[in-house]
Amino acid sequence: MHELSVCQALVQQLEAVSASNGGGAVELVRLRIGPLSGVEAPLLQRAFPLAAAGTVADGAELVIGVADLVVHCNDCGARSDALPNRMLCGACNSFRVRMVSGDEMLLESVELATPAAAPAEML
Amino acid sequence: MCDTCGCNITDGNRHLVSPGGRLSQTDDGRAAVTVLKSLLDENDHQALHNRGHFDARGILAVNLMSSPGAGKTALLEATIDALGDPARMVVIEGDLETENDAARIRAKGVQAVQIATGSACHLDAHMVHDALHRLDLEGVDLVFIENVGNLVCPASFDLGQHLNVTLLSVTEGDDKPAKYPVMFRAADLMLLTKTDLLAVLDDFDPLKAEQALRLVGSAAPVLHAAARKGTGIDQWIAWIEGELEAQRARIGAGTTRRPAVQSDGARLHAPQTVGVSHDHSHDHSHGHSHGHSHGHSHDHSHDHAAGAKR
Repeated sequence: MHELSVCQALVQQLEAVSASNGGGAVELVRLRIGPLSGVEAPLLQRAFPLAAAGTVADGAELVIGVADLVVHCNDCGARSDALPNRMLCGACNSFRVRMVSGDEMLLESVELATPAAAPAEML
Repeated sequence: MCDTCGCNITDGNRHLVSPGGRLSQTDDGRAAVTVLKSLLDENDHQALHNRGHFDARGILAVNLMSSPGAGKTALLEATIDALGDPARMVVIEGDLETENDAARIRAKGVQAVQIATGSACHLDAHMVHDALHRLDLEGVDLVFIENVGNLVCPASFDLGQHLNVTLLSVTEGDDKPAKYPVMFRAADLMLLTKTDLLAVLDDFDPLKAEQALRLVGSAAPVLHAAARKGTGIDQWIAWIEGELEAQRARIGAGTTRRPAVQSDGARLHAPQTVGVSHDHSHDHSHGHSHGHSHGHSHDHSHDHAAGAKR
């Protein structure tokens, strides 16, 4: 259960994003998590409010997109969906595959509150 | 991660990068900032710094991971005996509590620092960095990091090591790689331990364990050892010595390598074929750098195993 450590790292990044973009409160956070990232979306959802309490991200909504698990075959070149414990090429069954998508643990974007006067000059 | 070359943009997130720039306005008046950074960006940056420390001193850093009780400390004791020169290596021990493992290593004349993580289930790059400051690295060419016994969390944290070794004791199931794919995919070597017990265990099939490793998409070599009996230690030492050679060659060429855990960027830049050397020419070392954040590397850990090793 390292989701709390991951959320604490996330909150540090949110503090930095807010600070370098006008300092507004973080209202919405979008993550992308792959099935082989090593973290679980429901556990992140539960840990996030704890990590965010008292920070610029207190009360922010967390939206987690789950990435597909996709492999590229180094033998036959096919691209196919895979399972975490069956990472074989769907076309030729080779294990010499490269993961195209599936271990993402990404902070994609952040939405910050902006003061009423600020928007025009921020663009 | 890298903010400049776009290497953290994958098929999974490319659609999010709009041509209008990083900052835009949502319908309800919020400022929307596209970030696209690993959640562990801070850890990865520290890991890069640790790897730079190792490379600058010509050190090979190896992270040992396994369930509790798979024999990591016994393997280290046998390694110290086999290497014959205690000054060559140092050990960083990670456990929730106690100095027991570090005391076993020190009893062999090897420097050891114990990190007591409290209730944390893994080591991170910052803990390893603090431990490095408590060690004299003069003349050392091997740093072993004995991670917290756990087949889940340690796989997610880059510590700055060059190689991951995942131990699987034959007293566990031969289906462990299928049950813990993230951990076993992270292995540059899978080491079956306590293999002397195979004679009395009829439900562990080493071939099945290897097949389960292949099924999680790993081409890592598999070695067998029984540390307490000294069996298989020669092959283990030969692997370590081979990797020390490879590390010296990398340092000579000004490159470095990350273990099998790959970032999105490393994946995107991965070659389409296997069987090439892991020291290929477009490998970059960012270990010296502090001013910018390049969490990626262009090293491909599976390739060396699929090539010459087996």
